[in-house]
Amino acid sequence: MGASVARREDPRLLTGRGRFIDDIQLPRMLHAQFVRATVAHATVTGIDLSAVREVPGVAAAFTAEDLELGDITARLGRPASEFVATAMPVLARDRVRFVGEPLAVVVARDAYAAEDGLEAAKVRYEVRPPVVSAERALAPGAPLVHDEAPRNTLLNVSMFATEGIDAVFDSAPHVVRVRARTGRQNALPLETRGAVASWDAREDQLLLHTCTQVPHQVRTVAARCLRLDERAVRVVVPDMGGGFGLKCVVGREEIAVAAAALRLGRPVKWIEDRKDALTASFLAREQQYDARAAFDADGRILALEADIVCDMGAYSCYPFTAGIEPLMASAEMPGVYEVPAYRVRGRAVTTNKAPTAPYRGVSRPQYVMVMERLFERAARELGMDPVEIRRRNVITDFPYTGVNRITYDPGSYRESLDLCERVVKEEGWYTAREEAAAEGRHLGIGYACFSERTGYGSAAFAQRKMEVVPGFDISEVRMDTSGAVVVTTGTMSHGQSHETTMAQIVADELGLDIAKVRIHQGDTDRITYGWGTFASRSIAVGGSAVRLAAAKLGEKLCRIAAARWDLSPEAVELVSGGIRRRDGSGGLLGFEELADLAYLRAHLLPKDLEPGLSATATFDVFNDGTFSNATHGVVVELHPGTGQVEILAYVCVEDCGVAINPQVVEGQCRGGIAQGIAGALYEQVTYDEQGEPSATSFMDYKVPTAREIPDVLIRHLETPCAFTETGAKGAGEGGTIGAPAAVLNAVNDALRPTGTELDTTPITPETVQRAFGRTVEHTS
Amino acid sequence: MTDTAPRERQLITLDVNGERHELLIEPRRTLVDALRHDLLLTGTHVGCEHGICGACTVLVDGSPARACLMFAAQAEGARIRTVESLADGAELSDLQRAFSEHHGLQCGFCTPGFLMLAEGFLAERPEAAKEEIREVVAANLCRCTGYQTIVEAIDDCAARRRKET
Repeated sequence: MGASVARREDPRLLTGRGRFIDDIQLPRMLHAQFVRATVAHATVTGIDLSAVREVPGVAAAFTAEDLELGDITARLGRPASEFVATAMPVLARDRVRFVGEPLAVVVARDAYAAEDGLEAAKVRYEVRPPVVSAERALAPGAPLVHDEAPRNTLLNVSMFATEGIDAVFDSAPHVVRVRARTGRQNALPLETRGAVASWDAREDQLLLHTCTQVPHQVRTVAARCLRLDERAVRVVVPDMGGGFGLKCVVGREEIAVAAAALRLGRPVKWIEDRKDALTASFLAREQQYDARAAFDADGRILALEADIVCDMGAYSCYPFTAGIEPLMASAEMPGVYEVPAYRVRGRAVTTNKAPTAPYRGVSRPQYVMVMERLFERAARELGMDPVEIRRRNVITDFPYTGVNRITYDPGSYRESLDLCERVVKEEGWYTAREEAAAEGRHLGIGYACFSERTGYGSAAFAQRKMEVVPGFDISEVRMDTSGAVVVTTGTMSHGQSHETTMAQIVADELGLDIAKVRIHQGDTDRITYGWGTFASRSIAVGGSAVRLAAAKLGEKLCRIAAARWDLSPEAVELVSGGIRRRDGSGGLLGFEELADLAYLRAHLLPKDLEPGLSATATFDVFNDGTFSNATHGVVVELHPGTGQVEILAYVCVEDCGVAINPQVVEGQCRGGIAQGIAGALYEQVTYDEQGEPSATSFMDYKVPTAREIPDVLIRHLETPCAFTETGAKGAGEGGTIGAPAAVLNAVNDALRPTGTELDTTPITPETVQRAFGRTVEHTS
Repeated sequence: MTDTAPRERQLITLDVNGERHELLIEPRRTLVDALRHDLLLTGTHVGCEHGICGACTVLVDGSPARACLMFAAQAEGARIRTVESLADGAELSDLQRAFSEHHGLQCGFCTPGFLMLAEGFLAERPEAAKEEIREVVAANLCRCTGYQTIVEAIDDCAARRRKET
């Protein structure tokens, strides 16, 4: 552990031998496409698929009625005044709620014929007025997206309200306010969603290959929707081309494809096309904040208040619900700062737009952006240095229990801030800013300081009142007679290098050559349950389970060796390659020899030792979890004429505890930062008044390329985690969380001479031009 | 059911990675579908089907091309190279090794497209400077790496090749 060993997944991915969902071909396989709603809100008065069935190549076409499917309903254990559960039918029946909602599935001999079939589908709508913004959704008399949700409100909670907070605001020397909005984004894995379903007659079981971060969840939901025992569903996930949270919720299409395969008795494949992935898949991030903070004369924060509205689109995602964003923001907004008084209201609003799912960072990019704006604004008002005001407010004594009743484990909030500022200075950017100003150019420096809870255990999710509670993970480590090891984990890598890092953990624990370790994931028949990969949980939680299982196996190996030598287990120890006596006598009993004993000559084992070499362990986090932290520093130059924001430098100081593989951690940081910059400057899905989405292809949805994303200078700090088995904290999301705040602050620093401050992302060229007082010809 | 109904097809010949294949396909079949689903060369990926993401990049007569924007029939007579041609058996090519050493891939989905883009580009411009490489890399999308390590991998490979010659 701790070394940047070469990735074990690379050779197959570099040679085209990876196996992604669309690479799966089965005999007699058919191909599915979905008839999707063309209006945002309507009563469906009829679906006529008769012409579809006549199209050459089409094998079948099914509506919800044909397939007799159950609904997917995500629930929270909250009273009706706080949360309204809404059903998401696998295929829409009498009502459609967003453009792109699936209404019917067409199955044909190939994807071309299936698309021909779609064109022949006739759907009759009675159009209802659509609700396409949160403001409109909340307005009195607005049309209802779900009849059971008054005011289009799916979640309405006021989780914290410190007594006396009004008096603090009334008497504080300084109160600053930020009204912020963040654009609707697509997590955009490069591999779109997809599934291949078939009936395995030999196993009497549905085999569902699908592209998901949460295979066991999909199994549970598929079994329930299809009314099968769970043992009759096997979910297998091949290589995955990214997920970023979008694939950690259960998709209705994967269930529909399974139902179609059962009905037809033939394998059915569905691969989402890019248009559907952009418009009809899950989106994320569209939030509004009205926040204010009170400060004393020295720049210490006295109170924080926020009203948070999240536009969750048409449906609650399973299992997290539409509450995921406002609950996350409400609970964790105070972040790295010692906030003494806090009041928050969080709402999830439903609209006639594509539904939302968690996306890398979940709400933290937004609330961190708002917090960092509040501190920057206060610094300006007090005439303080923006780094100094943070320094005075970040938590330094750990463990610290916040006003949000969360206990933070030790981190390096202050140290990361200091180091980040020092690196930016050493790289000469403060001087460059002065020189630029003298030349009339517009350079700005911005920071963001944040932590992220990564080791979410069951307790943390239960506190949110989720009815389906993720959190723990399970791992099995099995040694064969040759001394090689297969590790099964309940997590699901979709680019995070688990095949390497999990193997590093096992090799380290057992003193085994890493070449002897093979990682298995993404097959529900191989391990009883697992919660997959999201919330940066894999190494912190899944990796801990892996290490515990390896340690158990190590104990058994010691007991076998001790019995062989007629010693007590305490008299032997695991070393590289096998077991030896602690007193150093008698040489090494190698793994191969021990494994041979355990399986092939088990009669030599004492009676109290079972034959075989496998161990299973679970791991859960019973306290508030662990918090990775980082400070990001950005330097931008603004070009008033074009409105372009050019990123000149990016510094990231991160602390994720023990880094199992530093190169992998850096990769996670860089990738996350690229997605954060995308949200800060480029990507957005908007809708017109009829609910028609603006971004239907990569011509309209502006994904940044190598030209827009800068090189990132990374510095590591290491505050080992006390209660994960590896000392590691999660590392997946931080980059995405810090980037929007840091970029926005840098832009505002560069805008200082104009007197304008921006609080909204994405920052478009038009907004920059306007800030400089340029006439913008384009009107939207 | 009409999934066995006859369809209009044409016989074409494709030269892929030095092997010739006869294919009976619909005229509208794209090159990437023919490679992936008819020839089972699944290393080339489909990310957008409209020529922006570059996951389907292959070499057509030595130059990088989007296999999703070409019909298979248009590739008749051309020499196609896919990612499967880069390694020599189990031996990775210098470009592939550079991607691994620099952690220039994470999920690996866009990787074949970047490899073929770089392979074609470096053959044409072996002397390319890093900034030029960055410009070319901007032709394809990656969602995992933030691009830095891809640019570094290609730059490093180019430098090593120059040293060797």
